[in-house]
Amino acid sequence: MVVFDNVSKTYKNGFRSVKSLSFRVQRGEFLVLIGPSGCGKTTTLKMINRLIPHTEGTITVDGKDIAKQNVVELRRNIGYVIQQIGLFPHYTIEENIALVPALKGWDRKKIRQRVEELLHLVGLDPAVFARRYPKELSGGQQQRVGVARAMAADPELILMDEPFGALDPITREQLQDEFLRLQKEFRKTIIFVTHDMDEAIRMGDRIAILKDGELLQLDTPERLLTNPVHGFVEQFIGKNRIFQNPELLPVTEVMRSDPATISPHRSPERAISHMRQRHTDTLLCVDEQGRLLGIVSAYDLQGDAARIQSVGEIMQPADPILPLEATARDALVKISESRFGLIPVVDSQGKLTGVVTKGSLLTVLAGRWKEAEAGVGS
Amino acid sequence: MNRRSLWEQIVQQLEMRHAELGMAVLQHIKLVAVSVGIAIVIGVTLGIAVSRFRRLEGPVIGTAGMLQTIPSLALLGFMIPLFGIGELPSIIALFLYSLLPIIRNTHTGIVSVDKSVIEAASGMGMTDTQILFRIQLPIAFPVIMAGVRTSTVINVGTATLAAFIGAGGLGDFIFLGISRSMDALVLIGAVPAALLALLLDFVLGRLERAVTPKGLKI
Repeated sequence: MVVFDNVSKTYKNGFRSVKSLSFRVQRGEFLVLIGPSGCGKTTTLKMINRLIPHTEGTITVDGKDIAKQNVVELRRNIGYVIQQIGLFPHYTIEENIALVPALKGWDRKKIRQRVEELLHLVGLDPAVFARRYPKELSGGQQQRVGVARAMAADPELILMDEPFGALDPITREQLQDEFLRLQKEFRKTIIFVTHDMDEAIRMGDRIAILKDGELLQLDTPERLLTNPVHGFVEQFIGKNRIFQNPELLPVTEVMRSDPATISPHRSPERAISHMRQRHTDTLLCVDEQGRLLGIVSAYDLQGDAARIQSVGEIMQPADPILPLEATARDALVKISESRFGLIPVVDSQGKLTGVVTKGSLLTVLAGRWKEAEAGVGS
Repeated sequence: MNRRSLWEQIVQQLEMRHAELGMAVLQHIKLVAVSVGIAIVIGVTLGIAVSRFRRLEGPVIGTAGMLQTIPSLALLGFMIPLFGIGELPSIIALFLYSLLPIIRNTHTGIVSVDKSVIEAASGMGMTDTQILFRIQLPIAFPVIMAGVRTSTVINVGTATLAAFIGAGGLGDFIFLGISRSMDALVLIGAVPAALLALLLDFVLGRLERAVTPKGLKI
């Protein structure tokens, strides 16, 4: 959708704020540009809608070179949200949102419908807000309007320059959540500038880290955290971020891969001795192919051992279970609802590959914490 | 005659000259309206130009400021060798005199529009002309109007001097009163002039409030 090919920005005084930048953004992708101030992230963003003209290289949007397009046309087809919001104070909320559709010459009825739809989308009641003026709204409400205004003519691409940066933390988080929800629904291509790493990790499909006008790494949040290619990236992300974001840690990192298992045909006595050996009070029943069938607990065995022939008879269904692609966060959430204090992890064929217990979670997360503390100290 | 009380004199003069006074008031309004009207057209245009092309700022505002420092009587005097006497030179002098507040307020009003509003507007694909007419001028409107009001009020006062170069208006009464040492005549010219200034300021204030976009009112 957006392609940068060796793009640079050199000012008249010779200062290069962006240095031969090349990357591509897929349709429907949420790309975050991040870096310390002066890294060129905002310049990069503003080069896309030509608010800042680039001096070398080519930028294409939707396959077309932006330098060869009519600048007004180009901008009307790209949504734009800025930190200072920039609503027109003399326009009502309705008129503000209607701006680009009106510039594009939509008919009144269609515009009115669209405005109403958008106000609903961003969680503002049209009956209450449509006729108000920007100054009558709180900062958070104003930026909701800002987002609605950018989406008004249904652009494929939306540029956002620290859109939630000026809001208080609670409002910011609320708007981030709502925006993610909208993004899930509409799958716009979004290029989003921020200096807040938490926001970047939360929002971005991929994150581009810039420093002094150069792209250091462009990767998914997971890969940036687990595999920073540059010392600066690692430092910038912050080592301890990973357990603030357990959703970035794969479940395989927090599971034990040799769970105590038993075939459902075994006798209860055999099961009890197996538990003693493995110092556990639960066994996972698997079939010959290693597929998970259920869970047997010592508690159930004690009650019914005399009555049954095989453990299969008192086996409980395993619930919850986690797929291999799950994250540590899923494990943390689900472990409290698990009856036996453990969650089996299975692959796509249903084969048991490991088990997450409160113990294994704690060991791993505590280990990471310690590592990070040491990292911060040094 | 001079032994009569001031009040009696006023009443007498009014009886004698009420038709004349009515004409003078109209003439006065005409001088002010035409000169300020032209000043609005030219001043707002120059104000816009100055805010667009920063290089013009010094020369234009400097020149207008310099005109303002010339004593009004002197400025009217300068008009005689150029345009003779009567209405035309007076209107030109009054026009030059009203320019500065209008140019300066237009310029200030436009450049003080929030940068983020302009950035959002051009980022969304408004042309410069659209930004000027739909965003900058409406938002700057109250500031421009303040300049117009200042010009108008000053102008009503200055226009009394236009009688000096034969343009008529309420100044005629004042000059006549001074030359004949008749306080009553001075007052018959001066009081309506003061009232006219107040009235015009009030009317323009009302107009400003009626036309100012609702979202900008405090």
